[in-house]
Amino acid sequence: MTVKVTTGGSGLNECYILENCPAVLYNNFMFKYYGKYAPYLFLLPAGIVLLIFFFIPFFQTFLLSFMDYSNNIYHPVFAGLENYVKLFHSHIFYKVLWNTFLYLFVAVPVLAVFPLFIAILINQKIRGVTLYKILIYLPVIVSIVVAAIAFKWLYADQGILNYIVTSLRLKPVGWLTSPEWALYSVIIVTIWKGIGYYMIIYLAALMSVPKELYEACDIDGADFLTKHLTVTIPHIMPTIALVTTISAISAMKVFAEIYVMTKGGPLNSSKTIVYYIYERAFENLDLGYASAMAVVLLVIVMIFSLINIFCFERNKYQI
Amino acid sequence: MKNLKVKNIYIHIILIAVSLLSVFPFIWLISTSLKGPDENIFAYPPAIIPSDFTFANYSGVWKKVDFIAYFVNSMIVAGGTVLLNLILSAMAGYPLARMEFKGKKIAFFSILATIMIPFQAIMLPVYLITLKLHLVDSVNNFAGYVGLIMPFAVSAFGIFLMRQAFLGIPKEMEEAAIVDGCNVWQVFTRVLIPMVKPSLAVLAIFTFIGSWGEFLWPSIVLTKESMYTLPVGVNNLQGMFSSNWRFIAAGSILATIPIVIFFLAMQRYFISGENEGAVKG
Repeated sequence: MTVKVTTGGSGLNECYILENCPAVLYNNFMFKYYGKYAPYLFLLPAGIVLLIFFFIPFFQTFLLSFMDYSNNIYHPVFAGLENYVKLFHSHIFYKVLWNTFLYLFVAVPVLAVFPLFIAILINQKIRGVTLYKILIYLPVIVSIVVAAIAFKWLYADQGILNYIVTSLRLKPVGWLTSPEWALYSVIIVTIWKGIGYYMIIYLAALMSVPKELYEACDIDGADFLTKHLTVTIPHIMPTIALVTTISAISAMKVFAEIYVMTKGGPLNSSKTIVYYIYERAFENLDLGYASAMAVVLLVIVMIFSLINIFCFERNKYQI
Repeated sequence: MKNLKVKNIYIHIILIAVSLLSVFPFIWLISTSLKGPDENIFAYPPAIIPSDFTFANYSGVWKKVDFIAYFVNSMIVAGGTVLLNLILSAMAGYPLARMEFKGKKIAFFSILATIMIPFQAIMLPVYLITLKLHLVDSVNNFAGYVGLIMPFAVSAFGIFLMRQAFLGIPKEMEEAAIVDGCNVWQVFTRVLIPMVKPSLAVLAIFTFIGSWGEFLWPSIVLTKESMYTLPVGVNNLQGMFSSNWRFIAAGSILATIPIVIFFLAMQRYFISGENEGAVKG
């Protein structure tokens, strides 16, 4: 009988005689040399940091959300679900939640589709690809604060964007000063800053599409659009889904754009959930109320993350 | 063939347009920063090329704002964050890739769970803990730096990246080292670490970029202007020079130069597509 063995991670499955299996031998051998405590000692430093700065705060967020800090910041009293009751009776909170989902509904589809379009164009055999990639990626690496300031300048009442608008014989727009426009003006910054990032993710996915399929299309005389609709899109569907969830999660977390450009105004029109948590916690010192909102944020992001981990990045996190 | 060329021209036109849109906000900022007092920065039609060309805004803002201090602060914080991430992620990734032990599954899934916890949702308790540990700049500068670094000292992303790297090393390498008389720490530091250098480089670069651009946490914990990192300092320009857009623009550009140089030097790591998804959200 031939014994098929590998020393790779899943070697066990391919062993016929367990005791002689290299994987088992390896584990016995290694265990003797690293001893009982080595794995724990190796994990300890990261474990301590994660405990203090992730797990304890995670549970504390829930605890804080049941406390009332509004009378005395140093002596909070237990308030049960009062913060949640207040939260779900607050029209500002609904406004903020609505803004957050509006952010998502506008930014996510654009970030899922437009970078793919660019990636397909860059993936053609043309000159200057590296230069295009560098220029389009530039917004990704530049600090969000600088990006927000640059856009604030474009959006100025007498700024260059309003020059373009008025030269088209339209009325100047209060990009950041009118409640109708402020949120969308901020969303544009998030989109602008994300295009390069998702483009690179798509480019990596496009490399895996078999070239023969495109050649077959060319022989059939398919045009550019049909080619990509029938070959590219179905092939990289998992990546499109991945980009959708990643960009949804990061849209939930926007803060700096709003802090630098509008402070949530005018009239809460551009206030999203992280900014409102920040405002209630660090400006109004209403820690309980802010924590109740943080729990809401936590639940939403965890749902997106679970979808992401279980559907798209499963192999990355296989034990 | 002719058809192909026409098609390529269209592609170039679209890509040039997108590239221009990507850099135009910066170009407009640079243009404004180079305009002297005799030029109206709100002029219609707007002029990209300054007519009253000057570097005075740069020297002006340089004199009033301590960019060197912001830069040094950013370097210390980003450097410390990178160093700790490399050490802690590599150490935690090794047993998860190579060792069998009780509680491995618990450790694995606990670390995985942190991916789902956005910092923004837990920042309030993190702040309270940081205060309790006296890791704030009102205690002393060192404590301030430690407080800026510690919440980002390790990430699940880094641990999984390193675990993946260790999984790719043939086990014979370790066995040979043990036969040669290495102990577990020596195997780790002398044999394995040199073999995962490419992954360490990726982790270092992306951690650096993330830490360099971090704004929310420093703007929560910092109290002293001398401790400001570059993003906090840049945001502060708005308050300092209220509507002096020439100075705000010049300061923003000055603060951006270091990271652009870093990006151009390391561009292959970012745009090759090999490290897809390697940036924090």
